[in-house]
Amino acid sequence: MPYLDYAASAPLRAEALAAMLPLLQRPAANPSSQHGPGRAARAAVETAREQVAALVGAAPGEVVFTSGGTEADNLAVKGAVLARPEGARQLVCTAVEHHAVLDAAAWAEADAGARVALAPVDPAGRVDLERLAGLLEPGRTALVAVMAANNEVGTGQPVAAAAGLAHAAGAVLLCDAVQAAGLPGVDMGRDGIDLLALAAHKLGGPTGVGALVVRAGADLRPLLHGGGQERGLRSGTLPAAAIAGFGAAAAAALAERQAPGFAATLAGHRARLLAGLRALEPHLVVNGDPDAAAALPGLLSVRFPGRRAEDLLLLLDREGVACSAGSACASGAVTPSHVLLAMGRGPAEARETVRFSLGHASTEADVDAAVAAVRGALEVLAPQEAAR
Amino acid sequence: MNRPQVLVAMSGGVDSSVAAALAVEAGWDVTGVHLKLADTPAHLQVQGKGCCTLVDADDARRVAGTLGIPFYVWDMAEEFRRAVVDDFAEEYAGGRTPNPCARCNERVKVVGLLARARTLGFDALATGHYARVEDGRLYRAADRAKDQSYVLYMLGPAELDHLRLPLGRMTKPEVRATAARLGLRTAAKPESFDVCFVPDGDTAGWLERRLGRRPGQVVDASGRVLGGHQGAYRYTVGQRRGLGIATATPRYVLRVEPAAARVVVGERAELAIRGVELERASATDGRGLRPGHARVRLRAHGQEAGCQVVPLGPEGSGVRLDLDEPVAAVAPGQAAVLYDGDLVLGGGTVAATVPAASSPGR
Repeated sequence: MPYLDYAASAPLRAEALAAMLPLLQRPAANPSSQHGPGRAARAAVETAREQVAALVGAAPGEVVFTSGGTEADNLAVKGAVLARPEGARQLVCTAVEHHAVLDAAAWAEADAGARVALAPVDPAGRVDLERLAGLLEPGRTALVAVMAANNEVGTGQPVAAAAGLAHAAGAVLLCDAVQAAGLPGVDMGRDGIDLLALAAHKLGGPTGVGALVVRAGADLRPLLHGGGQERGLRSGTLPAAAIAGFGAAAAAALAERQAPGFAATLAGHRARLLAGLRALEPHLVVNGDPDAAAALPGLLSVRFPGRRAEDLLLLLDREGVACSAGSACASGAVTPSHVLLAMGRGPAEARETVRFSLGHASTEADVDAAVAAVRGALEVLAPQEAAR
Repeated sequence: MNRPQVLVAMSGGVDSSVAAALAVEAGWDVTGVHLKLADTPAHLQVQGKGCCTLVDADDARRVAGTLGIPFYVWDMAEEFRRAVVDDFAEEYAGGRTPNPCARCNERVKVVGLLARARTLGFDALATGHYARVEDGRLYRAADRAKDQSYVLYMLGPAELDHLRLPLGRMTKPEVRATAARLGLRTAAKPESFDVCFVPDGDTAGWLERRLGRRPGQVVDASGRVLGGHQGAYRYTVGQRRGLGIATATPRYVLRVEPAAARVVVGERAELAIRGVELERASATDGRGLRPGHARVRLRAHGQEAGCQVVPLGPEGSGVRLDLDEPVAAVAPGQAAVLYDGDLVLGGGTVAATVPAASSPGR
């Protein structure tokens, strides 16, 4: 089945499965236990910690394993707010952050005395650094959230420059790298990132595990209390098998990033897909950074004017092609993306947007199958007026 | 021959669950769709109240999984708000008594969804309505107590040719038994009542929040002031309770005059009408309502009356119904649906009523 929805969840890598299986089949072992099986589980966790740290240019001791990207973002936002005295709890986020950041910030504003300012983005989805700088309140701003690359349109953000601004104002920088940790990659040290959120399943690891990488010295309050695992920042028995899968996926993603030609291959698939779709629909509109090199190489967000994304998705699904439209709400319906709205698109335009995303196991055949399915779908769907 | 491709509207209730199951059993190529019609935040939704809650979407999804059919959720909240919710408030504000279910079928659930299904290449739409479609004509359901043909009267041949109603010959107990036999999780789910977007059933309160207080007077037919009210939209023709006036004999709402913020009340006998004028009248055979005798149903659960159908001009213009016997308490805005036996001839929206000639109460 042609799978073009890596940005939602990437297929499990063989390396990740291989790393997990022995830990799942082995007798019970808590990585915190003082016995042989416990030590073995602990060793697997620590290997994974090194692998994850290596992927993002961090020290292993800075990696805090969580249940996923959402928890990592929540821990960063809420933990940073709670570590500051009231009056110094201002938050500055780009308007295109993931809801795990935006909604955590909204909670902090409603229930923890924080104030939230959203930094606008340009039509390509790139944050306006001058506007962001203007929102900072030196001494009062607790955290600045600037994602590495957007999960819906792929636009990369000027993380290092934002980190400089945040630090000058006495704030920490949170970089949600859930989508970008593989390609194009992030580097804690080089980019001046204080807090970095990761999710294993976007890298080809299992779901249910992620990490917040916390630069040594960054002040954070825990949200989960209990056994004091993860330097007291995240209590809870560590899921050794899932973490081992995460580590193996991180190592594989790093190897890909360093391999000559991998990024170019992915970019080539994306270009082939775009060319194929353009040939079918001359009025196709590409969302995101027009400079593909500055964005996620495998992600293509496009609008088919006059066609509802929901309808396209149904027809593509019938042909066995998996992709996605905007973000899904709790009921499972497609809702207009806040990212596209922040980029200045109207709700009707947002409803016509489909996201194709490619990754580690994508092939040219996947791309061609998707284009063929879109051809069939467009034949079925006559263009309709944008606003009805 | 290819299997017909059928889209099934799945609300998450037992009826549409069984409709989907029967569609699968019939050998059709079935796809389920749940319409998200409300924007109520999940944490404010009350389980079992109204439709379109997260629980309903999840129930529909689980049933689709049990049946092994593809399933999608479509956000039609904006269409629903514009075509049904806003219309409901506007109609009451205009002194009329709307039927939101008929409106929803006309604009969203049946006609709107069917058009979209056809656009997507489906041969037909199936729903869990209790009514029958046979040879392209619409008939009452076998289960008279559950019959929903009243809210489907506006369908024409263009729709009926592509509408499948698998429950048309079943009774509600049979539907529940079928759901239980197939292990559908919705088998014992309670009925939904009332207007789905007014989950607490307090229509007057909902309207007041929406329209604001619009105080005015309660008067009798001669214009004598009997009391006051907080909004004419709170009243509907035939209403007796909540008038806030003390009179020797019970008084009933005869008319609602929103422009003057007046509610006109009178005695029971004055509610009697001998005719109604319909607007937006249509025939299920697409050929216009024709002169002749028919039975008319003037509310979802009520008596039927005999009537003469009198078209007032070319097709698409008004139709008058001359009732064989006076009928009490008919409000503008209600649907009037015409039957010949079990066959639905068509219907329209009540635009005006013709009072019975004599007013024996005065």
